[in-house]
Order: sequence, then C-alpha cells, then structure tokens
Amino acid sequence: MNKEELKVSAIQNGTVIDHIPSSKLLAVVALLHLENIKTPVTVGYNLKSKKMGKKSLIKIADRYFTDEEINQLSVVSPNVTLCIIKDYDVVEKKQVQMPDSLHGIVQCPNPKCITNNEPMKTIFHVINKEKGVLKCHYCEKEEKLEKARLVSPSNV
Amino acid sequence: MNRSVITLANLSKEKIQYLIRLSEEFERHTNRRLLEGKVVATLFFEPSTRTRLSFETAANRLGARIIGFTDPKVTSSTKGETLHDTIKMVSNYADVIVMRHFLEGAAQYASEITDVPIINAGDGSNQHPSQTMLDLYSIYKTQGHLDNLHIYLVGDLKYGRTVHSLLMAMRHFNPTFHFIAPKELEMPEEYKIYCEEQNIKYFETRDFNEDVIADADILYMTRVQRERFTDLMEYERVKDSYLLCNQMLRKAKSNMKILHPLPRLNEINIDVDSNPHAYYFEQAHNGLFARQALICDVLNIGLDQILNDNTIID
Repeated sequence: MNKEELKVSAIQNGTVIDHIPSSKLLAVVALLHLENIKTPVTVGYNLKSKKMGKKSLIKIADRYFTDEEINQLSVVSPNVTLCIIKDYDVVEKKQVQMPDSLHGIVQCPNPKCITNNEPMKTIFHVINKEKGVLKCHYCEKEEKLEKARLVSPSNV
Repeated sequence: MNRSVITLANLSKEKIQYLIRLSEEFERHTNRRLLEGKVVATLFFEPSTRTRLSFETAANRLGARIIGFTDPKVTSSTKGETLHDTIKMVSNYADVIVMRHFLEGAAQYASEITDVPIINAGDGSNQHPSQTMLDLYSIYKTQGHLDNLHIYLVGDLKYGRTVHSLLMAMRHFNPTFHFIAPKELEMPEEYKIYCEEQNIKYFETRDFNEDVIADADILYMTRVQRERFTDLMEYERVKDSYLLCNQMLRKAKSNMKILHPLPRLNEINIDVDSNPHAYYFEQAHNGLFARQALICDVLNIGLDQILNDNTIID
C-alpha cells in the first residue's frame, strides 16, 4: 500500500468505488443514495491518479451493492472500478456494465412525456450500448446518453 | 396477463392478421349482445369527438354499457388529481378502459397501474393503435391482401403519427413506401433507419403529380398544418403543392384507393369525393369494426366465440 492510498483510511469490510471522475462524484453519491447510509463512508476527492490525472473515490464500510445498483452508475461514469473488500483484502474487482434499462436515473427530455407530469419513476431502455442510445419506456423518444440529464435527487 | 393495446408496432404478423379476421366478422355482423353486462369506460383527457364516437358506437353495438368523460374540464384532473388516481378509481367500475390523453406515454403508464385492460385511443403525438388497425383493415379490404403493396404517404410525414404507426405495422408484409413531403415535413431520419433495418424499400420525393402517383396501390393523404411550420413563407409556398384533385387521378391504377385519417382540411379537393378511388369515408366506417375487434381482444373474447356467437341481432 503506498502513501497516496493511505491518505484515505482502509476499511475492513465493504465496497470501494474507485476511478470516479471528480466532476461526477456528487452524482455517484446521489445515485447510490449514500446520504441515507448509516455505516461509515469515506470520500476522497481530487486524488492523484496515474490513469486519470485526478480522480475521486468512495469507501463504504459494511455495505455491498447488487450488480443492478452498481450498473446504474454507468450513466454518469462508465469507467468506475469496484472493489469488494473482505477482511482488508480485495476479494473481487468489477467494472460497471451498461445495463439493459435505467430506472429512475435519467430524466426524459420530452416535456410532453407522462414521466415529466406525474409523480413516477422514469424507465429508459438502452437500445444501443456502443453508441449509448436510450429510449423512453413511456413516450418512446430516443435520447443520447451523453446528453441525458439526471432526474433531480428529490424525485429519485 | 394484462391484454392492453398501447401500440401495434410490436405485434406479430399473425396477431395483425388475426385482428383483421375479427374485424371482418364484426363487419359481417355488427350488432350483437356479446358484451352484455360489461362496462366500457371512455376517458378522454383531450377531446376527440371522432374517435370517441367510433369507440362508443363499437361498444354500444356489442351491448356494452358506457361510462366516461368527453372533456377533462369537467373532471377532477382539473383539481390536480394525478392520472394514477383517476385510473385507480375508474378501474373499480369498468371492464375495459379506452383512454385518450394529451401526454405521451400516458396509456403505457395507465396499463402498469391497473389490471383492467387499457386501449390507447391516442397519447399525444405518440401512438394511436386503433387508427392503425382501421388503416390496415381498410388496406386489406380494398386490396384483398396486405402483401407487396406500393404505399404512397403524402403531406406531413414528420409529425403525422398515423403514417409512422402504419409504416411500422406494415413491416411484415413487404411493402414499398413512397414518401412525398415538403422539406420541413419530411419523414424523420429514425423512421428511414427503421426501414433500412427492416428491409423495407422506400423512395422519397418532393413532387406530387399524376405521374408520381401512377403506380400507387394506396395513396395515404395527411394534413399539412400551418402551425407545423417555423417559416410561414415556406408554408405559403408548399401548401398547395400537396393538394389532391380529381384530374391527378387519370393515370391511377384501377385498384388504387385514397385514404386519409380525417378530418381533412384542403388537402383533398371535394371533386375527388365522388371518384371511385376515394375511400376515406368508408375508411372511417371501418374503424367501427376494427375497434370492436380490439375491445373483444382485450376482453379475451376469441375468434371461436365470435364465430359461434348466438347473440347476433342482425
């Protein structure tokens, strides 16, 4: 373990989400609802990274996430790495995968879509994973992933 | 399983042929007591007299009773009630809900809230499956089949949801489409990509004259609406170029029929009405049988029951 990593305290059991672009850190916090988590959460912001220049990471003690929860992160940062920690050791490393559908993550750009007019969750189908094309389950309008706006946290 | 009809775009070839078969039976015997004891709700969050009358006639002629509203101004949605709550409430009363809404995706959402089947009678500019069903039935009736037809779509191909739905529903039948529209209203790129993916042949042109339409089996006219144009000069320039008049039909094939979802404005001259190629009023009449087919299908009333129906009145 080198000195840079030691700046953020190690966890015994839990999940480390690494290689988050710093600009996306708060979006990741919102998507995983970390504001509601009761176990210790350590956030590293603007750390040095060989791969990315600057990066952010989050360590969540005593908490594991389902693949479905984690894959929702691919909307904001497709290159995030996930480390599953058990007894201080990394027992598994995962990359996020673009899921087949996104639930309650992306806001529909169509103002006449029912999702923008009713208190309800949005659903988008990922119809082209390579090109990042989404299609609203309700109004059927298509949207490019890079243009997608996230739903405001109060609606998630 | 919820048997709602939200769109026809994902129906199989067999299912479309089956619904046409049902429509034929209802045309043969329109008045029945097949739905006696059933309640059909017609919820029109946006007024549409033509569609509502057609649905209500379809249900009435099968012996169902009808509840509903024709104008949201008189309902609790003006008090701010959510669609969710309105649908939950009506689900307590009705066996099938026919709904028209100004928001896109409203019918899909409604079908997820309730076990009562929903028939989408139009959701904003998105889908209008009963219109597509009556278009398909009209094409089938006038041509004797749906296969290998040359279908000419004329007018507003950008916003006209009927042409988009028709294009998708025809994909099983090897059609050749001809898109005739001004630049501002041409067929959107996503539907051209769809045609390519589905191996549907299409041609595009801006010209609309007797030679262009000489090979048509179906001439599907739509409204060119002034409010669709950002450039009103452009509207003034093109508005009369997509007007069909009697003399343009001199070279038409004998089997060719002119369809229009109605209401028409000025895109079909009234001198066409008496031409044997004109079919738009019969087309609207076919909507009655197509809607009877859809209502029975969502209520799980099948072809066997309709063929062995002893409630036929006429």
